[in-house]
Formats: sequence, C-alpha cells, structure tokens
Amino acid sequence: MINYLARRIAISIAILFAVSFAVYLIFAILPFDPAALTCGKSCNDPGIIEANRKRLGYDLPIWTQYVVFLKGLFLGRTFGEGAATIFCPAPSFGYSFQEHACVTNSILEALPVTLSLAIGALVLWLILGVGLGIVAARYRGRAADTGSTIFVLIGTSLPTFLTGLLLLVFVVVKWRILPYPSGNYTPLFENPLEWLNTMILPWITLAFAYAALYTRFVRNAVIETLSEDFIRTARAKGLSEKVVLRKHTLRAALAPLTTMAGLDFAGLLGGAILTEAVFNLPGLGRLSLGAVVDFDLPIIVATTILAATIVIFMNLLVDVLYAFIDPRVRVAA
Amino acid sequence: MSFLEVSDLRVEFPTSDGLVKAVDGVTFTVERGETLAIVGESGSGKTVTNLALMGLLSKRGSRISGSAIMKGDAGNLELIDLADEQMRKIRGKNIAMIFQDPMSSLHPYYTIGDQIIEAHQVHNEVDIEVSTARAIELLEMVGIPDAANRLKAFPHQFSGGMRQRVMIAMALVNSPELLIADEPTTALDVTVQAQILKLLRELQSELKMAIILITHDLGVVAGAADRVNVMYAGKIVESAPVGELYANPLMPYTHGLLASIPRMDRGHGKRLSAIAGQPPSLIALPAGCAFAPRCNFTERVGGGPDRCKSTMPALTEHTPGHFARCHLEGAAL
Repeated sequence: MINYLARRIAISIAILFAVSFAVYLIFAILPFDPAALTCGKSCNDPGIIEANRKRLGYDLPIWTQYVVFLKGLFLGRTFGEGAATIFCPAPSFGYSFQEHACVTNSILEALPVTLSLAIGALVLWLILGVGLGIVAARYRGRAADTGSTIFVLIGTSLPTFLTGLLLLVFVVVKWRILPYPSGNYTPLFENPLEWLNTMILPWITLAFAYAALYTRFVRNAVIETLSEDFIRTARAKGLSEKVVLRKHTLRAALAPLTTMAGLDFAGLLGGAILTEAVFNLPGLGRLSLGAVVDFDLPIIVATTILAATIVIFMNLLVDVLYAFIDPRVRVAA
Repeated sequence: MSFLEVSDLRVEFPTSDGLVKAVDGVTFTVERGETLAIVGESGSGKTVTNLALMGLLSKRGSRISGSAIMKGDAGNLELIDLADEQMRKIRGKNIAMIFQDPMSSLHPYYTIGDQIIEAHQVHNEVDIEVSTARAIELLEMVGIPDAANRLKAFPHQFSGGMRQRVMIAMALVNSPELLIADEPTTALDVTVQAQILKLLRELQSELKMAIILITHDLGVVAGAADRVNVMYAGKIVESAPVGELYANPLMPYTHGLLASIPRMDRGHGKRLSAIAGQPPSLIALPAGCAFAPRCNFTERVGGGPDRCKSTMPALTEHTPGHFARCHLEGAAL
C-alpha cells in the first residue's frame, strides 16, 4: 500500500509538471504580446509595454520564464526593482496587471467561494441522489420509482442557468424569501446566516442537476446489486430485507459512487462557471471567465494548473478510498 | 410420514407473453439422512422448485400453489404459505442452501469470518465469541486448514473449491435439517467436484440431514444420491433409487441423458450421443407428453405417436419404488 501510494504520488507530480509546462506555453504560442496585454486593450504606449515586459520577465526566453515561474511557486517572486518593487510570496503564480494583485491572492480570495459552493452542493446532491435512488430501487415499478424517474428527467433536462434563473425569479423576485445576490461573498465564520443566504440557491441549483444523475445511477446500481448471487446467499441465510439492503447491497452498490463523486467534485472546484455567473458569486469560475475575456494570462495559467492539481489529487484520493472499500483492490495494490 | 412431503407443487410466472408454468404439479418426499437428486436440463424447473421451498421467489412475480410440509424440529410446517417473517427464521436455520457459483455467491467486501459469523448470529442470541468459535469449528469440519487465521481472509483469496467449502461451512453453521445444494459442483474442476461431493456425503452421515441435490449432471448423481427425480418441462418424468435408474431407465428422456454421459469404456471414435431438438417453451406446453417431439420411441408405443402427442402419461410405478411418466411398457427401452 505504501509503495503503491508513493508510486502514485510520484506519477502525479510528474503529470503536474507536464501540465504546468504545457499550460505555460500559452505565453509563447498565443499570437499576443503578453507585455502588451498587461496595460489594457486600448493601451499602446511602447514605453509602458517595454517596462512591463522587463518587470514581468517576458523578455526572457520561454524556458527561462518557465524556470523562473517554477522558482516563484516555491520561493516567491519579486517583480521590478527600486520603488516599484512588488513581491508575491510563495506560492507565487505571477502578477496580474488586470487585477493589480498577485495571482495567488486573487485565487485565495475566490477559492473559499468555490469551495463553499462545491462542498455544499455535493452534500446536498449526495443526500438527495443516494436517498432517492435507494427508495426508487427498493420500490421498483411503484409510485416512488415513477416519481424518481420524473425527477431524473426534469433534473437532467434543465440546464443549470435556467434552474438558477427560475429560482431567482421565484424565491428572490416574486416571493422575496431571500435578498438579491449582492455580488459579495460573506465567509462562513464571519456571518454564518449571511453565508447561508448567499449560498443556498446556488447549492440547490447545482445539486438539482447532479442529484438527478446520481438518483439514476444509484437506482440502477442497487437494482443490479440486488440480483447478485451474494445477495441471494444473504437472503438464504435468513437475514431480514433491511440487513440485506443496508449491509450487503448498499456497500457494493455505492462503491463506484466514490469515483463519480470525487471526479464531479473536482470538476466543480475548477469553477462552476454558469452557476457563479447567474448568482454573481466571486468564485474561481468567475475569475477564470474574466481572465479569459480580458486575456489575463497569469490568471488563466494559474486557474488551469489549479484545476489540474485538484483533478489529479481527487483521483488519487478516490483510488485510496476505493482500497478501503473494496478488499480486492487492496490486495492488488 | 416423511421428513419433507412436497405434493402437487406448482409455480407459475405471469409474463407479457403468457403464463410460464415453471413447475407443474411436482410431488416427492425426502427422508432424514437421504439425498434426493433432482436432475434436468436448464429450464426444467429444478431450481425453481427449491427456491419455492426456501420462500425465495418474489411474491409479486410468481404464483405458487400446492403443499410442502416439513416435519422438523420446528414442528410441522407448511412451507408454501408461511408468513415472510416465519420463513425468514427457518431459512439458514432449518433449511440451508448452497449455490452453483462459489465465486459470486460470497460477498466480495466481507471476510469469510464475518459472513459465517453473521449466519450464526442471525439465528442465535449468543456472544460474538461463541459464533466465532462455531465458525472455526465449521471451517475445520469442511477441511480448511488453519481455520482460525483464515477467518480474516476475503473470498478472493480462496480458490473455487475452497470457496465452495466456505459456502458449505456457512450453510451448516446452524445444523440445518435440510440442505439444498443447487449445482454445487458445476463451476468447479472435476477433481474438486469429487472432493466436494465426498465432503457433503460425510457431513450428511455426521449431521443426519436431508439433502436435495440439484444438478444437470447424471455423473455427479451416481456417487452422491440415494434417489433421483428426473425433471422435464416442469414435471417429474422419472423417479427411482439411483442404482435402479442407471441400470434400468424407463423414460426415453432419462435414457437419452444417460447415453450423453461421456464414458471411457465406450470405445474409440464413437460420437457422444445427444438428444435432438430443444426443450419446449413453458408457455405453450403440448397437450400430451412434453418430450414426445424429441422422442425416438413414440412408434413403439401402443397407439403410436398420436397417443404421446395427445395424452399426458401419468407418473406410474412400474417396479416397486421406480416411477416413470411414459406410455411405453417398461422393458421396451
């Protein structure tokens, strides 16, 4: 197990280096002058551009730039010299002239928003999806099953921006249960109620779509597992239906859910762009979207590397978890 | 009165294509310490008969009628219309079952110790230590070396034959009065088959239990059973003590089955004989003998093939203890 883990971590790190380099190449490959981009779209003062080029190191060859970038990740990085010096501490992803801030700071501001959104939605959709899926499988072909099928159909057909807008129209505009989204984010530990007010609709929006997928998946997995030979064995032992379902069926049926939830969660941490846009949440999705629109290359590089890191880490976590769930994996590993 | 008396057992499955008569008026008895083999090809009703006895058929999907009275430690029980909860208490305690595929019949996520102990705990209100000791005792009884340590092993760490031994240990943990073995050796290597059958035989004489051995393999039956019921299309077509059946098969179907066993003494270059045609659909059974369309002997019947096709022969006793369902006179084969 330890060997396996060490090997997996080594591979993950190698992949991360490859990804970061590939992403970094956009500075060299895109038909833009990164230095020109730093002073805005309508700016064409060659003096500022050249000064920025030197400050940000865009005058160096791409390889050197990448090495400097990597060094900054571990040691922090100083831009410019003299009075105009800006220091971005490690891990430094560079400096964004659009945001006028170290990229790491922009990301650290956006990350809690996206984390709140993703974790809340994950909890909600797991409870809803797994619960409904089990009920639908247990009462297959009856009213509860039909109800869940209708839920799945609606959930998978409605795009999140539509669900989000509908929620806004009814809950906020018509019924006035919640205030208008302010575009600000209140951290959980500052004002839990305010935090909840901001996050509840985005959670429901995201969870609705995912819960539908999970309901369908869990229903099918439970039904399939119930027809396994080892379930027949459990019944033949004289176990009650409750024990057969809870102990013998669910563990086997829900194991693949670990993979699914882990990867979906990782995907969301990269930024739920539509949901963040609809509810005006200052998360990673909005940050990346803004960066793409403004060609804010340092931010694009940083968010992409971050998203890749999260996906790679979640993959690793899922594999380790799986070994705990399924003894056959443990031995093979 | 016999230990188990099954009379006129019928199991029907309503389907969209029509009523499937899986078991069509089956009557037999089993004594304590006796092994009754039920032989037939796929779809002959042998497994369904026993699932009905175990109460493992879905009440929503099947119609069961007839009677199966077990005169056991729990008094006289009518197994066919026992309440679910009562049946559950008998399953695994008074009647136990082992299945065809030991690879898939054990739960992959639990240790074999967990699974055997669970089978004991569900029917006995004793400390876990008592159940553990019982599990070790049973594993030793079925010939698993180093039983105390093997309790912590998972099913995938055992070979097929060893897994079937574990299944047998689990089935016998509550000293059942009746063991139903559904194709217990079909998935195993031939040498292992012989070991498992020998083990069942030994355990039977030790524990004085009745065994119903379901198989499609008459080769297995020869050494393992006392009496044989041959089933075809949901009906018993021949029933005889095992030696008598081999020496003197009365029903052409049994004759065909015996002829299709590969034998060393039959000489080189002879093709293995097979019964031509397919078993009939259980939805539209012919009025007469279900085997008539595949039978080579209809010409020899008094009244000719027409009689076979129009009238169902009764199960009649030709010599003491030897019953057959055929219009042919006994010696004609």
